[in-house]
Amino acid sequence: MTLSLSVVLAVSALMFGLGVYGALTQRNAIRVLMCIELVLNSVNINLVAFSRYVGPDQALGQVFTVFVMTVAAAEAAVGLAIILMVARRKAHIDIDQINLLKW
Amino acid sequence: MIAVLWIAGALAVAGALGVVIAKTPVHSVISLVVNILALAALYLSLHAEFMALIQVIIYAGAIMILFLFVIALLTARKDPVERSEGKLEGQRELGIVAAVTGAILMTAVALSAGFGRPVAQEALPSGFGSPAAFGRELLTTHILSFELTAFVLMAAVIGVVVLVGQRKL
Repeated sequence: MTLSLSVVLAVSALMFGLGVYGALTQRNAIRVLMCIELVLNSVNINLVAFSRYVGPDQALGQVFTVFVMTVAAAEAAVGLAIILMVARRKAHIDIDQINLLKW
Repeated sequence: MIAVLWIAGALAVAGALGVVIAKTPVHSVISLVVNILALAALYLSLHAEFMALIQVIIYAGAIMILFLFVIALLTARKDPVERSEGKLEGQRELGIVAAVTGAILMTAVALSAGFGRPVAQEALPSGFGSPAAFGRELLTTHILSFELTAFVLMAAVIGVVVLVGQRKL
């Protein structure tokens, strides 16, 4: 019993859109990281769905999802460490004010 | 049974919406957990049992707790770091355009492209997505990539320690 491929892809597309919107517009750096997790999750569900529907002779999509999760975990850890550093030095994490690398 | 999956899909989208519009970061995390658990249900329906398991354990269990710890560290002080609620005003229109364009493009492709008939339940290899089949695939065909992820995690750990652990021992 499964949803059809189109429905799963539509759910993933909506999640992707919300994640992109959040990552571009949120002011709080932690929320930006969460929105990026949302985008990565929408990619994961796409990979798993295609693995089930299009190429089920090998679980390639599922294996690739593990690598996406690994990168997501590493990205969250490093990103949160950077946010902690910024909060320690500047006492805020407003990404509009963190403009050291802006030209 | 199919209704459960529709509810899971709706919950995934609702959780994603909650992440964006939540009032406080903690509510964002809770919405993200709802989203992740709904996705785990969808994984189960797509014959990815092992993926559903590690989605719950790693994402909802580990990464979200990491987020919660950092939020607790940063907001439980006299002057919480989140002063100005809200969005970057200059980028709101741009963000809406980018998000809507991306979502519409992906939905249009998903609805229009004929991906052929879905593989029937009986045609799936036996044990597809089970931990045993998954582990065999991961540790034989993709062993090099699997080993390389260890380096990715090692680099992340070293980076975090260098960034945050500055106290002299």
